[in-house]
This record gives sequence, structure tokens and C-alpha cells, in this order.
Amino acid sequence: MIDVPTNTGEAVVFWVCAVLSVLGGIGLVTSRKAVHSAMWMALTMISLAVLYISNAAPFLGMVQVIVYTGAVMMLFLFVLMIVGVDASDSLIETIKGQRWTAILLGLAIVVILVWGLGSSLAGIPAVGLDAANRDDGGNVQALAHLIFTQYLLVFEVTSALLITAAMGAMVLAHREHWKPRPTQRELSEARFLGAEHPGNRPNPGIYARHNAVDTPALLPDGTPTELSIPGPLRARGDVAPVDIEDVHQIEEADSL
Amino acid sequence: MNPSNYIILSALLFSIGTVGVLVRRNAIVVFMSVELMLNASNLAFVAFARMHGNLDGQMVAFFVMVVAAAEVVVGLAIIVTIFRSRRSASIDEPNLLKY
Repeated sequence: MIDVPTNTGEAVVFWVCAVLSVLGGIGLVTSRKAVHSAMWMALTMISLAVLYISNAAPFLGMVQVIVYTGAVMMLFLFVLMIVGVDASDSLIETIKGQRWTAILLGLAIVVILVWGLGSSLAGIPAVGLDAANRDDGGNVQALAHLIFTQYLLVFEVTSALLITAAMGAMVLAHREHWKPRPTQRELSEARFLGAEHPGNRPNPGIYARHNAVDTPALLPDGTPTELSIPGPLRARGDVAPVDIEDVHQIEEADSL
Repeated sequence: MNPSNYIILSALLFSIGTVGVLVRRNAIVVFMSVELMLNASNLAFVAFARMHGNLDGQMVAFFVMVVAAAEVVVGLAIIVTIFRSRRSASIDEPNLLKY
């Protein structure tokens, strides 16, 4: 493990990753859409992983990639899919002036932390982890040594925490069935007694000039039927217009 | 390259996360901002471990990650549960809790 505290390569890595991670953080806070926020956060997580590795913590860097960008971000995206991707924030402030106050307070935290930490930490050289890692032959081995000796109790408690979290998620996400599940017979009866046509809807493009999915099927009298277009396209207004000339041409072709 | 740069970067990220928690209304984005704050503190722990030549900082960061993973699981389950009953992921919606 190369661990030189002052190293130009490390400085380059630091400045690139620092800029990227701050950019990701700002993007996370400012994106209107939650999915974009998640993408920005993935950027931050990956640059932080690189920073961990350049900070003599290769194990934590790998765990960061696997646990955070792999598992946690995937969970976030799954939940975004459940909750609705288009669930963007409203811009109406419920508390007047909350946004500016929050930004001001955030700047205050930046000033306090950077000033306090910067002045107290400036000029302290890094000891480096070479000596700490040397006895066990590497960072992973040294961490394993610590986990299974000094931190064994914490590690065991952690397993209890993980099991509790898994149980909690199962209990919270479990949905109780208040009425029995409808049988196939009931479903079928409901379908035939309902107002909607029980059979297949006409396919798009039948008796039309194109078979594209946005081209409505034509009824025998030549009028287009919106039923043949998938609902989302109809809602978006993406139904292709039917040219009356085309209908006449089809009629002529049929009469020949 | 002064190692305190890492600490200052982590302070910056932490503040950005704080602003995100205060400003955003979507519960999932608020949650992601909390994750950003946890990650910023992890970066500080890793940098401190290197500054002091002691692996305890890395151990703390490791356990923070484990706790954060558990927290994400439970927190997202709560968000999904609230969304099911109220059809909304906005954190202003559950204000009925105060009555």
C-alpha cells in the first residue's frame, strides 16, 4: 500500500474526486426529479469510494461501491419506482422563507466547520497507516484482525441489528389481506358483467395504412377507433391522425 | 496535499446534505441527503484514521456503513408504508401526526 502523505498523484485524484463529489451533492439537492437526485448521489458515492481508496482504505472503498452504489442506491431506485418516478417536489413553501433560511444556515455550517477544522487541522502531517497495516500484512487483514478481536462484541451486535432491520422491513412492507382473494370464477363474472367489452380490444393498425402502435384501427365505416391505441399513448395525445384520403384508397382497393 | 483537505471536503458535503434535508420536501430525497451526511462523516473518519495512523477510524466508518444500510432498509419501508396509506411521498403530508 503506497501511503505517501504528500503526493502529486494523490492531489490530482483528490481534486478531481472532490469536485465531482461536491457537484454530485449539489445536484442531489437541486434536482427537481428524485431519479436525477439518485443519479447525482451515485456520482458522489463513487467519487467518495475513490477518495477512500486514495486515503489508504481500500476495503472501505470496495464496501462503499458494493453496499452504497450497489445495494443502497438500487433500493432507492426500487422505492422510487414504487412511489412514482414523477413524484417531483412542489415549489410552494409551506413555511415562508424556509429555503433561504436553510441555505443561509447551510452556509453558516460550512463557515463554522471549515474555519474551525481548517484552522485546527492545518499543518498536522498524516502519520499514515503503513505501521498499523504492517503487522497483519495489509489493510483488509488488519481490519479483520480488529473486527474479530477488539470489536467482536460490536460486530455481533451488528448482526442483530441487521436481522432486526430485515424483520422490520418485512413487517412494515407486509400488506394484510382484508378480504379473501377473488377466485378465478369471481374475476371472470366481474369481467363479463362489467361495462367494459370483455374480449380483446382491436389491435392498432388494423385496416389502416401503418401497423405502428400509434395508428388507430379503422372501423368498417372507415372511422378510427381510439380503443385500439394503448392508454398511455391516448393520454399523451400521441395518436396518429387518420387521413380520410387513405380511407378512400382502402375502400377502392377493397371494391376492386 | 494536506490531509485536512479531506476533512474540509467532508464538512462541505455534510453541509450540502444538511441543506438538502432542510430544503427538500420529497421524503426520498431527504433520505438521500441524510445518506450524504453519513458518507461525509465516513470520509472524515477515514481521513482521521490516516492522520493518526490508527485503524479505529476505519472501523467506525465500517460500522457506520452497516448501520446506514440497516437504516435505509427500515426508512424506505416506512416511506413505502406512508405512501400506501396517503398516496404521497411529501414530508409535509404526515403533519396530521401533530394533532
